[in-house]
Amino acid sequence: MRQTRKFAAVVAAAALALTACGSDSSEEPTDTGTADGTATSSDTAEPMSDVKVGMAYDVGGRGDQSFNDAAAAGLDQAVAEFGIETTEATAVDGEPESAREERLQQLIDAGYTTVIAVGFAYAPSVAKVAAENPDVHFALIDSTDAEGDNIANLTFAEHEGSFLVGAAAALKSQSGNIGFVGGVQVPLIEKFQAGYEAGAKEVNPDITIQSTYLTQPPDFSGFGDPAKGKTAAEGMFQAGADIIYHAAGGSGGGVFTAAAEAGKQAIGVDSDQALTAAPEVQDVIITSMLKKLDVAVFEFIKAEVEGNFEAGAQEFNLAAGGVDYSTTGGKIDDITDQLDELKQKIIDGEIEVPTSPAG
Amino acid sequence: MKRFEPRKIGLALIAPAVAILVAFLITSLVLLVMGDPVMDVWRTMFQPPLPRHYVAMLNSATVFYLSAVAVAIGFRMNLFNIGVDGQYRIASFAAAVFAGQAWLPGFLNIIVAIIVAMATGGLWAGIAGYLKVKRGVSEVISTIMLNAIATGLVSWLLAKARDPESIGSNEVHTRTIPESSQLEGLALVPGASQKVYTLLLLAILVGFAYWFVLGKTRFGFDLRATGQSETAAVASGVNVKRMTMTAMVLSGAVAGLVGMPLLFGVYHNYGTTFQPGLGFAGIAIALLGRNHPVGIAFAALLWSYLEVQSNALQIQAHVSKEIVFIIQGVILFAVVIAYEVVRRAEVRMEQVKVARELAEKEQTVPAGQGASA
Repeated sequence: MRQTRKFAAVVAAAALALTACGSDSSEEPTDTGTADGTATSSDTAEPMSDVKVGMAYDVGGRGDQSFNDAAAAGLDQAVAEFGIETTEATAVDGEPESAREERLQQLIDAGYTTVIAVGFAYAPSVAKVAAENPDVHFALIDSTDAEGDNIANLTFAEHEGSFLVGAAAALKSQSGNIGFVGGVQVPLIEKFQAGYEAGAKEVNPDITIQSTYLTQPPDFSGFGDPAKGKTAAEGMFQAGADIIYHAAGGSGGGVFTAAAEAGKQAIGVDSDQALTAAPEVQDVIITSMLKKLDVAVFEFIKAEVEGNFEAGAQEFNLAAGGVDYSTTGGKIDDITDQLDELKQKIIDGEIEVPTSPAG
Repeated sequence: MKRFEPRKIGLALIAPAVAILVAFLITSLVLLVMGDPVMDVWRTMFQPPLPRHYVAMLNSATVFYLSAVAVAIGFRMNLFNIGVDGQYRIASFAAAVFAGQAWLPGFLNIIVAIIVAMATGGLWAGIAGYLKVKRGVSEVISTIMLNAIATGLVSWLLAKARDPESIGSNEVHTRTIPESSQLEGLALVPGASQKVYTLLLLAILVGFAYWFVLGKTRFGFDLRATGQSETAAVASGVNVKRMTMTAMVLSGAVAGLVGMPLLFGVYHNYGTTFQPGLGFAGIAIALLGRNHPVGIAFAALLWSYLEVQSNALQIQAHVSKEIVFIIQGVILFAVVIAYEVVRRAEVRMEQVKVARELAEKEQTVPAGQGASA
């Protein structure tokens, strides 16, 4: 499998070089997990439901060790639990808008009447295709830009989770100086920054916070460029920071490398990166802000199976277990009491976490 | 010389046909090696398109065509304008900002915005032209650099020109153009709810102008002459520097049009989802179409056919859509080789023919010597 994928990468790269003289996009061949995915669905539990789920991933797809994989985990769980039939398709960088619409329509034509669109880039196409297929149920992850009677908008309270890791950073910092590295400056990532800064200030009002973004839209390379992440993190460490939180997708690997080289620490994002990051940098990750896409996807499918589809915005917040912090590695065991106290305060509404950065 | 020669035309058509066949075989081989279902892939790729697919093909082909013509203008002059990508993005941005202000009513807004796009694209390409003429900087290098600069510049400007209503959404874009200036599209394909870009007409117009200017005017002759032999052009009184500059600006101006069908037909603003990478597709399509206005049209249709038909691959054949990049890459590779082979065959045919004619005239001179003389 690994070999074939490598081969595919080489061939695809060659083809790209020929056609494009190398565009700046990161066209990675998606693996053939699609076939595997459907295979598992027939192998495991016998079908208990006639719900057929079509997954439309964003660029990167299953196997990106991050955003899409988290959604895929939710799908896998649903397959194991309900024995539903599924199929998957992945976006390609640089495709026309019509290709996204076509992908959704293809899923519907193939009989998959529950469609999950992973990522805010699907908002315009979901709006269009949902209007043309009123009987199909849609889940749109990370966006409320498309609304309709058959669209469930699954969003996360990333600011609440970030608040907790911000507090953790402030409690653990010895220099009183911490950092935030965002991938691309879009409102979604600003939510991470806002929560992080508010959390840090909550426990230490005098703390210094350095915040930066790797790229500005429409340049989305900030989500997939470890070299940029490393440079940004090195600058912050040199300026006195000792813990850096990243919300930069694939660029986060560079932040971890910089932390390892500087003998400093870092905070992961989306999944429990002390488990998923490269082994040699796992040790620098004191905690991760967990964004549980798997929970959202699983809960959505569960509702479908039970016939409880609900349209409209559903925010997976701390109270719903949609976001959290991780304790893998035991580096923050001494402060979990304080963090859990803050967590309870947010759940109770005593603390209201801002969604956009101050100033 | 200009006589109709069926053998020559046959040869010209054989090259792309062979290239496609080779691509077909190599892709099958790749699929086979990877253990993917070869037959399923081809069945999916060649299944009869639905009406909505025809619409998508025509739409994709429209932008591909404009992009390829922009590249071809440079090619004819021996200029390798790799910067079409940056030129169309920055031009689309400028046109989107202009049209979004709604200073002009309805249709007038569209026309002036298109002129703004052409001017911006021409200006951006003109930088590379100026550098080449005044400083001898290779346009390959400068246009690649200008692509990167265009990306940065547009990002930076987009933050400034951002539509206040898009704040809070993850889709950052310029102000949406007023409805009166949006082009709804043409219902060309029966049975499809989707519309074909109105600016398909613009692409046809550009194709015609390209054919006319390059093939039928003094300017076009000078341009082609300069492309084929600079020294010969100089000898016949062509100002090469001015031709270089003009060709580059023209190429950029046409590149500026690439984003127009997208801007007025789909997005209605310039934002983070505006389709990138069209300039590179244009290079491939211009090569495949041999810089010929009709050839490019067929190449653009082939490209869009592959693109649209591949959308079903993941769902119906469980094979990644990227396989199409392999097909496209191999077609291109094979076609370049095939054109060269055909060119040599043509030269040989020409030599044989001339030799025969000479031999007929002067029976005493051996044919071989006559040909090489």
